[in-house]
Amino acid sequence: MSVVDPVAQVRAARREGIGLGLVGVYGVSFGAVAVSSGFEVWQACVLSLVGFTGGSQFAYVGVVSAGGGPIAAAAAALLLGTRNTLYALRLSSLLPPRGWARATAAHLVIDETTAMALRHERSAARTAFWASGITLFVTWNVTTLLGAVGVSALGDPEQFGLDAAAPAAFLALLWPHLRTRLGGGVAVAAVGVALGLMLVAPAGVPVLAAGLVALIGIHPRADLAVPRS
Amino acid sequence: MSAVWVVVTSVALYLQKAAGLAVPSHWLDRPWIRRVLGLLPVALLAALTAVQTLDSPDGPVVDARLAGLAAAAVALALRAPFLFVVVVAAVVAAGLRALT
Repeated sequence: MSVVDPVAQVRAARREGIGLGLVGVYGVSFGAVAVSSGFEVWQACVLSLVGFTGGSQFAYVGVVSAGGGPIAAAAAALLLGTRNTLYALRLSSLLPPRGWARATAAHLVIDETTAMALRHERSAARTAFWASGITLFVTWNVTTLLGAVGVSALGDPEQFGLDAAAPAAFLALLWPHLRTRLGGGVAVAAVGVALGLMLVAPAGVPVLAAGLVALIGIHPRADLAVPRS
Repeated sequence: MSAVWVVVTSVALYLQKAAGLAVPSHWLDRPWIRRVLGLLPVALLAALTAVQTLDSPDGPVVDARLAGLAAAAVALALRAPFLFVVVVAAVVAAGLRALT
């Protein structure tokens, strides 16, 4: 990429962020899956409004649906949620320094907004973060409610392929990294670890353990931040 | 389902994010931490993709979700926009289930 007008970069980042935010409509799948797993509509909405991190929400509901107790479900959700702590650490210098703005920004730190912010440079990165975060928050919560309320009328969410929406969204976020040898290698290794542990470990553990693959970055040459072509 | 647990878990999920912003930013000055944190989303997103495609209450299964994911990969290779990719995955999975 050659030198580009910074104003145009910010504009492009906003457009991209809003576009990504629209992906939040798969909240309809969360709302539907939650209610068909025995949760109340308001409980699905609290998880989306206050928890607001799709992977953990699906994990929580999934463990309960599989017969796990509330503590096992919370543990699975929070194990998955530790990555948000690390994302926040990664984005820390980019986000507002203090006060309500920082507390609000914290709420929007999730897979999608982090991936979005890291695709851009400084001010465009901030724009991409807020544009994707606010759009996602609105679409995710509105569609969680619609899915939760609508599931009794619509029936099984799997019938509409809604359970395939979340992995497709994760793959889309991962896609740009698969073009580099390091990114592709880390992804393949992480999938290997996760699949191996799925057979033996409780829900939530395989994904977190796969995160350990990132420790390859301790090696000085394992650096994704290569110069852009 | 215990309502209290839903609220407690939701609040804890928020606090996890806030904790990351409360940590001193000079932690990131070390290059190895920056490299590991850069690779972390790659590892987690790859694992999440695999787990959410294959998991079930009875262990890993291959079902219509995998076909949906394959369709999503084709759409991504063709540089389709995000939302289109997600919709294609759902439509293919739903279509396959309707046929079988």
